[in-house]
Amino acid sequence: MIQFIDGNEALVQGALKAGCNFFAGYPITPATPILLSMMTELPARGETAIQGEDEIASIGFCIGAAMTGKKALTATSGPGLSLYSENIGLAIMGEVPLVIVDVQRLGPATGSATKDASMDIQFVRWITSGGYPAIALAPSSVEDCYLLAIHAFNYAEKYRTPVFILSSKEIGQTRMRVDLDLLTTPAIIKRESASQSQNGKVKSVSFNNSSFQPICTVGGDELSRFTGSSHDEYGNLTKSPGMIEKLNEHLNTKINPEEVALWEYSGPDLPETLIISYGIVSRSVNQALKTGSYSGVGHLILKTLWPVPETILLKYLSSADTIIIPEMNNGQYALEIERLKRHDSTLISIQQVNSELLAPERITEALKEVSHV
Amino acid sequence: MSELQTYFKPEVKSLPFCPGCGHTTNLSHLDKAMKLINADPKRTVIVTDIGCVGLSDQYFDVHAFHGLHGRSITYATGIKLANPELNVIVLMGDGGCGIGGNHIVNAARRNVGITVMVFNNFNFGMTGGEHSVTTPFGGLTATTHSGNIEAPLDIIGLAQVCGAGYAARMTTFDKELPSIMAEAMTYKGFAILDIWEFCTAYYSPRNDMDKQSMIAISETHNLPFGILTNRTDRTEYTVALKNQEAKTLKSAPDLNQRFDQLLDQKIELVLSGGAGQKIKSTAAILGQAAILSGGFASQKDDYPITVKTGYSSAEVIISPENIDYTGMTAPNAALILSIEGYNKEKSKLVAMKAGSVIFMEESLPEFETEATVIRKPFEAIAKKIDRNSVALVGLGALLAKTKWLSRESVESAIGISQKAAYLEMSLKALKAGWELESQA
Repeated sequence: MIQFIDGNEALVQGALKAGCNFFAGYPITPATPILLSMMTELPARGETAIQGEDEIASIGFCIGAAMTGKKALTATSGPGLSLYSENIGLAIMGEVPLVIVDVQRLGPATGSATKDASMDIQFVRWITSGGYPAIALAPSSVEDCYLLAIHAFNYAEKYRTPVFILSSKEIGQTRMRVDLDLLTTPAIIKRESASQSQNGKVKSVSFNNSSFQPICTVGGDELSRFTGSSHDEYGNLTKSPGMIEKLNEHLNTKINPEEVALWEYSGPDLPETLIISYGIVSRSVNQALKTGSYSGVGHLILKTLWPVPETILLKYLSSADTIIIPEMNNGQYALEIERLKRHDSTLISIQQVNSELLAPERITEALKEVSHV
Repeated sequence: MSELQTYFKPEVKSLPFCPGCGHTTNLSHLDKAMKLINADPKRTVIVTDIGCVGLSDQYFDVHAFHGLHGRSITYATGIKLANPELNVIVLMGDGGCGIGGNHIVNAARRNVGITVMVFNNFNFGMTGGEHSVTTPFGGLTATTHSGNIEAPLDIIGLAQVCGAGYAARMTTFDKELPSIMAEAMTYKGFAILDIWEFCTAYYSPRNDMDKQSMIAISETHNLPFGILTNRTDRTEYTVALKNQEAKTLKSAPDLNQRFDQLLDQKIELVLSGGAGQKIKSTAAILGQAAILSGGFASQKDDYPITVKTGYSSAEVIISPENIDYTGMTAPNAALILSIEGYNKEKSKLVAMKAGSVIFMEESLPEFETEATVIRKPFEAIAKKIDRNSVALVGLGALLAKTKWLSRESVESAIGISQKAAYLEMSLKALKAGWELESQA
């Protein structure tokens, strides 16, 4: 079916397709339409959506509901994400499946509320005290919002962790023609609850990264223990250095970067010049490449930003003498590429933070510069 | 369910709190209260806050949830919303009432069916006896060496003015505390207990606390004991939520191609006017008409936060091909309907190149541009039909002149997106605009 919808609407459709049955959020431009839409969609399905008194309460509701068996979603923008921070730490420590949408807007603090930027890239990576890996997906189109919402719920379920969707104002609030039926969507991972106790006790989590076990549901038939403190596999507080090490090792390594790596590539197998993009800027690159004729240029669009999809990056970086990475921030992802690229290659970091979209001409200029070298 | 002897875990021989700490007594009262209501452990959740009280959940054979400081009420609310059948108990200290006071306010306002028990010992016991929001005037703590100069928070008074269904202030020494706890847990709505107790490590020795001084604090600060609120006039939140009528979902229109594609180039159009001129909906009609004609479209709206005043603008791209970049610095078409829209988009209008076209309300100011400017009395024409449909009059004229889209495709888009009440008027406005240019 052909629709004329924006990324926020597509994201809601994707979340519902993934089985989202709980939403809590607080109004904030440009993420508010997701709240409004979920407040209509979920009650019509007999499920719950609620506007919290602030972002702290909203994510708190989501964490409680998620551990009670719900597939929970929340949506905000940078200032709200700042308030989510402490509870994201709890969600990582307590291994809570949760999808967090950040419809990014420009700047620290209030910034430019209605202007596009991709300035929360490193923020979501390092958002909690103590560190630990996060999964962050970045749509570059309305279709991606739908598709990545489904992937995000799947990853959240599989790895029992918060998953970020880094949308932005331009993607979230610009309507485009889409036909979501044409997209190939992954199978939905359903929530399973732990039902079998062993020796009268059920593990809250497993520290074995190769076998993810069902969640012990709050209010379920097996008594659950949830804690944000250092704990053993039964959720009991622990001070044992050995157990604490096991827990933290588990949290640090449980996400398999290969399994969550999403990307698109167009260009030669061995590009001489590699453009790496993500988010809305990918479309400026597409436009630039469409309007000129370039040889030896490859374009890698990253849909997964965290964990860094190193295998695919290394594959295309190995042949590239020049790498161009355009970003609507001050080069937040360029440093990740810097550490992976061949040391004798040149990295051109195109940066723009002025409330306007990064124009295709800036890519064209960089490509001209390269061909002159 | 058979009656349990105790809700404490069988391996629990003693609790970890300091000798004389009220937490030990309170937890034994809670155990008794759960026995009084014959609580099903599998349907009971203890959510603890941070502080010494945060150690409590792990000693009980019920569901246990230990989160962050001050946020326990939010997790409890989420749990209750997700599964209203559960008996959800929050154990928090007076510290949590400071950092998480906002959640007390809002849980009480909602009257969500959770039970909050505040173990109030007038200071932060876990971190070394600092003053809290409930430290009495003059109270000596690690951070109020010369006596507290801040007014103590009346937790129950706060909950009451916020609409809490059940609120009581007790001391840990009250014989009836287990039955009050039981009553709070079975209350259908938000219940909060402010339970005063000793912190034998810090507050009590520093302030020579005994039972008498608790009574003195109660009297001097006007913080009475007893069940202070037990309302029957409020519906519990999850019940109220269920009783609400859900909005009927609208099915999204299918925009499969129905009309011939007339467009042979990408058009970047800026549509701008004032608040109330239906700029957004007209832009959507334009985009939908292009899609119904087998093309592609994008639409981006822009308006000030004070939505009922000032400009309203939309950038619309229509193209026979897929659209990548949605930025626009020098559009090749514009439709400008009011002075607010003109002022907002003037820099774009001036930048427009030769070969591009600007349709504008004839009364607007003159300006220099390479574009072809066509001025028409849109406002006057619209006034005869519907003042607020001026954008459709303009769109009709623009499309009649440029022939980018067929009139039928726009009429079909109007049919899809306009409410029945506006349909006839909208079609009339489009027709008036269309004829204005096709007659010319």
